[in-house]
Amino acid sequence: MTASANSSVIRSRRNSTWVESIGQYLADWIADLGAIIVGGLTELGSFSVFCLRTCRWLMFRLPKWETMIPNFYQIGVMSLPVIALTGTFIGMVMAVQSYTQFRMLNLETRLGAVINMALVRELGPVLAATMLAGRVGSAMAAQLGTMRITEQIDALAVLGTNPIHYLVVPRFWACFVLIPMLTLVADFMGMLGGGFYSIYLLGIDFHHYVQNSREFVGLFDLFAGVLKSCFFGAAIALIACHRGFHCQAGAEGVGRAATTAFVASFVTILLLDLILGIILEAINVALWPQTPKIL
Amino acid sequence: MAADAQNPLNLIPPASPTDRAVRPGQQVSVERPLIDIQDLWVSLEGHPVLRRIRLQVPRGQTLAIIGESGCGKTVLLKTLIALIRPSRGKVYFDGLDLHRLSEKELTRQRRRFGFVFQQAALFDSMNVYQNVAFPLRQHTEKSEEEIRQIVLARLAEVGLSPKILNKMPSELSGGMRKRVGLARALVLEPEVILYDEPTTGLDPIMSDVINELILQTRKRHPVTSIIVTHDMRTAQKTADRVVMLYPLSRLQPHEPQILYDGPPDQIEQSPDERVREFVRGEAEQRLQEIRSGLSEE
Repeated sequence: MTASANSSVIRSRRNSTWVESIGQYLADWIADLGAIIVGGLTELGSFSVFCLRTCRWLMFRLPKWETMIPNFYQIGVMSLPVIALTGTFIGMVMAVQSYTQFRMLNLETRLGAVINMALVRELGPVLAATMLAGRVGSAMAAQLGTMRITEQIDALAVLGTNPIHYLVVPRFWACFVLIPMLTLVADFMGMLGGGFYSIYLLGIDFHHYVQNSREFVGLFDLFAGVLKSCFFGAAIALIACHRGFHCQAGAEGVGRAATTAFVASFVTILLLDLILGIILEAINVALWPQTPKIL
Repeated sequence: MAADAQNPLNLIPPASPTDRAVRPGQQVSVERPLIDIQDLWVSLEGHPVLRRIRLQVPRGQTLAIIGESGCGKTVLLKTLIALIRPSRGKVYFDGLDLHRLSEKELTRQRRRFGFVFQQAALFDSMNVYQNVAFPLRQHTEKSEEEIRQIVLARLAEVGLSPKILNKMPSELSGGMRKRVGLARALVLEPEVILYDEPTTGLDPIMSDVINELILQTRKRHPVTSIIVTHDMRTAQKTADRVVMLYPLSRLQPHEPQILYDGPPDQIEQSPDERVREFVRGEAEQRLQEIRSGLSEE
């Protein structure tokens, strides 16, 4: 009797220990989840405040030209070669990848329409924005992060110069104004690359290649791509500057700011691309219901 | 809230008539302190750093804030110029509550301050000339020739020759960087100069040069200065008044964080043992703590 009572006590203790450990695990999991949600909301709140402050300074007045021009040069001119090169190669790769499938369907003359449509509406803007996020966004986050941890941003503030007006606004304008031009460069070079490969190396008839491109790629497609790129540029500038302004101390903090600036910009570019793609497609269909379909 | 409605410009409340004994008809000038810190509490990432700080700094005074590393000296200095937001309390500068000003007005008020940073915080993309000329180019309409004259004069005041004008901050020694930082802080002729650890990281000779420059600056310009330091030589040589802060982690909840507030020449006679230990640089209590910690392990 005593032995059975003892064993039931041990079993109930084991059960309660097991329940306790499950409970503890659940509590820890909920606490971790809560911390992630609170952290995410805090970050979102901080980013929103940063965007609002930037918008307010954007409306007040332009920074001095001597502050703007170096940023325009660094963001626009210095990005030009890499974006032109990437655009050219992506046009060629499109030709290589699509040719076999289109040939099987005897539709290889439509290659121009597919390559150019994809370039103008999607690949050009997204590629230019991705290159800008990688080349310029990370550099901006690292530069501003270094300024933050060496108290240069505080120094600006105590010298009576608003850091957002002096550091963020010129970078924002440079990204916002120049990314459409970089997108057009990427589009143009992609068209050249794709056309060169299709016509001279794959032997597609020049007349049909050009004719199909003209038939299917309209001005609205070009407009949609360029419009999207403005949003991408604004997002890259705001995310990179925010990351830099909120950089943690040390080399690791600067590295993390640069990395997260690129990752967050890239994810935002894809998200914006989807949302704007849906909206612009709806507008396109509403305005031109008889829009020709490629296939 | 009611007080805020009665005080829309964030002005410091005027002294009450009962504050001083005033005879009828007598004219009194109630000179308010230039900087008035009232019941200041500051926390950084949830950790309390400053608690119940009350401090008034009259115009023209040189105040040294001393204390061991991590006691909140720099946090106090940065809160004073609204780089850090307090969790409670007010900081009045010339009657204006700095933490309640609009961003634009705060930016304008900050031009009345000069700040010498611990690591100088020179803009590393600009040379020495551009660094010192920066505030003049941003906030004045002076011609380039006038700016050049002012920059050269300020650099001469801190003992630097025009030969370094084109040097980048990375090419300067620690002492030179601090002096360029001081020249930049002085260039707009501020009313208040805040020094954050002006002699930290410098050799004794260069430390003395910086101390001398602080004194000379005070003689040349009628400024109010606040010097954050843990160097007793700096405090004793340059200050009219010394305030000692103590780390919150080592204080009882009822104890004030300011352990000493008085003239520098009487600090060694302070009744508080912790103040005397700091002044003499005695770490016996800390060493005992470390030894007991090691023996427990």
